[in-house]
Amino acid sequence: MNALAIDNLDISYGDSKVTHGIGFEVAEGESFALVGESGSGKTTVLKAIAGMAKSWTGSISVFGEPRTHGIDRAFAKQCQMVFQDPYGSLHPRKTVDATLSEPLTIHGIGNSGERVDEVMQSVGLDRRFRFRFPHQLSGGQRQRVAIARALILKPRMLLLDEPTSALDVSVQAEILNLLKRLRREQGLTYLMVTHNLPVVSFLCDRLAVMRHGRVVEVASVDQLKHGALVDPYSRELTSFSASLPKT
Amino acid sequence: MNALLEIRNLKVTFPTARGPVDVVKGLSLTLGRERLGIVGESGSGKSMTGRSILRLIRSPGQVTADEMTFNGTDLLSLSEKQMRSIRGARISMVMQDPKFSLNPVMTIGDQIAEALLTHQKLGRSDIRNRTLAMLEAVRINDPERVLGLYPHEVSGGMGQRVMIAMMLIPEPDLLIADEPTSALDVSVQAQVLEIIDDLVKRKGMGLILISHDLDLVSAYCDRILVMRSGEVVEECDAGELKNAKHPYTRGLLASIPRIDESRDELPVLERTGAST
Repeated sequence: MNALAIDNLDISYGDSKVTHGIGFEVAEGESFALVGESGSGKTTVLKAIAGMAKSWTGSISVFGEPRTHGIDRAFAKQCQMVFQDPYGSLHPRKTVDATLSEPLTIHGIGNSGERVDEVMQSVGLDRRFRFRFPHQLSGGQRQRVAIARALILKPRMLLLDEPTSALDVSVQAEILNLLKRLRREQGLTYLMVTHNLPVVSFLCDRLAVMRHGRVVEVASVDQLKHGALVDPYSRELTSFSASLPKT
Repeated sequence: MNALLEIRNLKVTFPTARGPVDVVKGLSLTLGRERLGIVGESGSGKSMTGRSILRLIRSPGQVTADEMTFNGTDLLSLSEKQMRSIRGARISMVMQDPKFSLNPVMTIGDQIAEALLTHQKLGRSDIRNRTLAMLEAVRINDPERVLGLYPHEVSGGMGQRVMIAMMLIPEPDLLIADEPTSALDVSVQAQVLEIIDDLVKRKGMGLILISHDLDLVSAYCDRILVMRSGEVVEECDAGELKNAKHPYTRGLLASIPRIDESRDELPVLERTGAST
């Protein structure tokens, strides 16, 4: 079964149509990347899947269930989202404990104490951070909290929106390692939006290149690594990443 | 070499509840008409260094140095008024994000003209011609149209080119570019850097490029300083970066994923208590 199947998806904001006939499938356990420049509509696709962009036509199904146009609980249990900027995505006046317990309360899940403990351990956050506020944490620790919040409901798929682009390279390495390990341990499916192609090489199996709201190419990461993308625009994108000298 | 900028033992200090903290701890550099890159992670003091050259650090921040001379002028002893005649005209600075650095209620043409008029008196048609020429120099295709636009009507890449135009129109001797492209897409990044590079070479200016991106700095600079918690840990020629010796620089280089990545796990830097 596919974790995610999208077909002929048109998403609009008001009168302007942002994506045109998007279609791709992500297998269960796969890590799939959407790449493209700002304004190509990649984040919008994530938002439509998550129920945050409500006006779309076409079909989206997650683990075989067709998506509704809004936010629903059954979906939230299967699929969670991690945002770009951990400085903006955590409530500044909630402790780590409150942030992590909230999804449990919403879904009526008990033993939150243990679950919070467990999830903090799996993302590599020490116990002593549990009652701290976001401003008392570094950027990397905050992104760990955001990932923990997404994982606490034990979803099967994560939507990752540029999860490392706001972080320093050394912190980025830690978070990328973490995401890779979590996927291996918990058999997660990833759909990641990024403009950073080396990150795709490290973390993903396949990628779709988007431009002006259309998918121009779907390729394997091996093709990306060997510079064997076919579409002229994808080749252009890779050439920018490759044009800087290898140090 | 005739030094354009000479800094010895620069310190930037901020008071905190736990006593003063040095964010730049005794940095020295000599810059000729060359391209110098300063790299480091957040909190390494690289932006503070750039800002202190222009004396843009506001109280309670304190800047001290044994020497900070620009073209023979002692920057530290200048009055605020004298400093204003240096900022923009002789040393100018391109900031990170055009969205926040351009005036949202002024047309692009007026903003560029303002940069010019602050430092010299010119007739209206002269100003218009120079502004148009400058916009062309930063590769904006239809400068006539862009002149009348407001910042929200242009893309990020174009906004950043407008910023560069504004900073270069008074023909400064030294350009400080603080993360000039980190808010831009990769494809636009290259374009913007090419423009800076071209103008710097053509006018024989000095350039200080401040960035967290090692690859980018090594591609567009002659010499590189690597900073960590307020100190320069390594200085080398841009071409020699891959042979860097300091463990911190090597760690940084290793932690960046590559497009032909085959490692299963990325090496992670050992953290000291302060930098986590």
